[in-house]
Amino acid sequence: MAEALLAAKELTRRFGGLVAVDRVSLDLHRGEIHALIGTNGAGKSTLINLLAGELAASSGTISFRGEALARLRPERMARLGVGRTFQRSNVFAELSAFENCRLAAQARLPRAWAVHESAQRCETSNTAAARALDTVGLSPRGRAAASELSHGERRGLEIAMCLATDPHVLLLDEPLAGMGTEESRQVLGLLRSLRDGRAILLVEHDMDAVFAVADVITVMADGSVLASGPPERVRNDQAVRAAYLGETI
Amino acid sequence: MSKARPGLLLLALFALVALPALTGKFYVELVAKIMIMAVFAMSLDLLVGVTGLVSLGHAAFFGLSGYMLVLAAPDKYAAVSLWTSLPLAVAASALLALVIGALALRTRGVYFIMVTLAFSQMVYFVFHDTRVAGGSDGTYLYTKPQTNIGSWATFDLANSTHFYYAMLVLLILSLAFLRILLASRFGHALRGIRSNEQRMRALGFNTYAYKLAAFTIAGAIAGLAGYFSAVQFGFVNPEMLSWHQSANVLLMVILGGMGNLIGAIVGAFALVLTQDLFSSLTKHWLLLMGGFVIAAVMLLPHGLTGGGLAWRNRLRGARGG
Amino acid sequence: MDIQVFLIQVLNSVQYGLLLFLVASGLTLIFGIMGVINLAHGSFYMLGAYAAFVLSSLTGSLFWALVLGTVLAVAFGYLLEWAFFSFLYRRDHLQQVLLTYGLILVFEELRSIAVGDDVHGVPVPAALSASIPLGSTMSYPIYNLFISAACLVVGALLFLLLRRTRLGMMIRAGASNREVTRSLGIDINFVFRVVFALGVALAAFAGMVNAPASSVYPGMGNQVLIVCFVVVVIGGIGSVSGALVAALLIGFIDTFGKVFLPDYSGMLVYLLMAVILVWRPEGLFRQRAA
Repeated sequence: MAEALLAAKELTRRFGGLVAVDRVSLDLHRGEIHALIGTNGAGKSTLINLLAGELAASSGTISFRGEALARLRPERMARLGVGRTFQRSNVFAELSAFENCRLAAQARLPRAWAVHESAQRCETSNTAAARALDTVGLSPRGRAAASELSHGERRGLEIAMCLATDPHVLLLDEPLAGMGTEESRQVLGLLRSLRDGRAILLVEHDMDAVFAVADVITVMADGSVLASGPPERVRNDQAVRAAYLGETI
Repeated sequence: MSKARPGLLLLALFALVALPALTGKFYVELVAKIMIMAVFAMSLDLLVGVTGLVSLGHAAFFGLSGYMLVLAAPDKYAAVSLWTSLPLAVAASALLALVIGALALRTRGVYFIMVTLAFSQMVYFVFHDTRVAGGSDGTYLYTKPQTNIGSWATFDLANSTHFYYAMLVLLILSLAFLRILLASRFGHALRGIRSNEQRMRALGFNTYAYKLAAFTIAGAIAGLAGYFSAVQFGFVNPEMLSWHQSANVLLMVILGGMGNLIGAIVGAFALVLTQDLFSSLTKHWLLLMGGFVIAAVMLLPHGLTGGGLAWRNRLRGARGG
Repeated sequence: MDIQVFLIQVLNSVQYGLLLFLVASGLTLIFGIMGVINLAHGSFYMLGAYAAFVLSSLTGSLFWALVLGTVLAVAFGYLLEWAFFSFLYRRDHLQQVLLTYGLILVFEELRSIAVGDDVHGVPVPAALSASIPLGSTMSYPIYNLFISAACLVVGALLFLLLRRTRLGMMIRAGASNREVTRSLGIDINFVFRVVFALGVALAAFAGMVNAPASSVYPGMGNQVLIVCFVVVVIGGIGSVSGALVAALLIGFIDTFGKVFLPDYSGMLVYLLMAVILVWRPEGLFRQRAA
């Protein structure tokens, strides 16, 4: 298999006495949906924040295309092509859905200092924004202010903003949270279509969704990895069954 | 843009153009002063209203520029050329803003407010405590800058009416420049930073660089205003750099409404006229001023022009694509 | 410099540092716990000094002036929080800055109307008016030592209050997590009011106790305010121990700065702040702000 686009090796993060992420190793490969599951407090969101550069690791390394990265910052990860969504929708409330996506698309455009060029007439970003909205099915809602969108639409906007930056790696933090069955199905279909040429990390609680769409599953508990591998292997793993005793996987 | 707005702006512009023909020297000089303050306020609006950076030390850049003008004269009575001394003064303010910004922007929120205040105090003390330009007494500008280009005598800064129209041109050009800036990708990014800086970084924007650029540009424009303020008064003293001056201009921005530049202009007019009114009423006019400040902030949180709200509505009216 | 002059400067540094600490500790508590940026804090120092002047003239005794003044300050703080500052908690920092700036103007003018703009002196009580000899030629005023001692005592009481009492525990809880404290049934509004009154009283006390040594003049609050901001930034918002360290540091740098670099002493403090911020943008003692 091709080298991992984004890889974590022995990644650890401590908060005072608490070890939130304990020597976690993880590979994200192109063309793969890698799901990350675990109970609340297992360290999933912390791991995403580490990979996205929002938090600094206490120890361990993160590599992009085989090259280890030092001094990670969110903007640097994003420029490398690692896009992320947030667990709680983190959009620009006063802007419209379209403007949210356009601003996202403008993030990686060159010549930011070209102050005489109007942002509204920027064809590159307008096209990228329209395409991103269309992919998540929000085109009809482009003019609505982000604060006026329904919860499900806002989750969709989260993904659209991430897509507008044309990322190679997507780190998705519970994109299905609070969505109904139909909306969830649409998002899952979207994820399958996005898989080509990209690596996707999907943190989720919805087990049906995870097993329906994931190529690889990693299970975390108390900060460390319990098991990792193809869905069937994980489903039958003893440690996983013990941790999820009583839950139907 | 709401329908009333362009019409009102044109009317205001017409009134400003016609003013010297309609009133005497006192009002011409007063309105010229207000227009200078309006440029100063717009520069702060770029920081506070657009980028969300509350600076309590903006007077440092205003005052430094005025001092540079006075210091640029080789001897007390010689006149400098506007065309060489103005770029020098503005560049000095921009450089100071770059240095202070580079350090201050390492902090956030409340720390940033206090740090900008403290840095501008440092600049204040440089001019207050040392022998540079007269210390706490200040220095006079004995001759206004010359505006000759070669042998062509363009206009006379010592003439009130010429000076007034020069300030009107300055105001219009500054407003135009800032409007273009705000409409660009750079300007949109600044607004994004104010709205949600964390998201901006997660999208790939180097927000520190954007904030520093905005801080420097704002400092340069403040320097532009400070230069002409020194020209008009013919006098510079450390009070130009004081935190009272910083609080004053901040008040103009919030009074007028933040984020749309016009608010800063409205705020400058409202505040200076109010100060003039109060000071003519009583010796203890600062008491009225204090009460006015408190009332204005409590009752008009969005300022006279509705500030942020107007921007939101305007954006909704202009769709991309 | 000879040892006697050095000793005098050290004593001056400690005195200035401790005074700054009292004023800054109130500022940092109000910041850290209520999240309010209060530009009028320097005014409390000024009002304390003027109160010392008025009360010591009325009672003829500095001691009674201090006692009465402190009681009045606490009451004033309590009332001010209820009448004005409680409205500031919901507002953003920009509005707080301007509202408290307006308050400075109001306080200055009210004082001007009530007591005038003259510079005043406050007499040092006879018992403390002597000087101790230091070596053969120099001496140091006992009252200045008294100032340092008084500040130390008040500072120690403050630490005791914060570390050893239930009220102190509630205050520290409110500092780290307002919501949880509220849900535990603790009346957070009461805690806020107490903290604010405490802050006012600390600043006013500093003004009162220092009044006989410096003079009482308009605008004395402003200078103290800005230096206190630097103390709070360096020490870390919400950290009283940080404020102590930072205040003493500034006391030494400012005092010795005036001796060695008189023309630049005003800037030294801000230079220190710049150096520290480059190294640690969150201050020396990071505290989780409320």
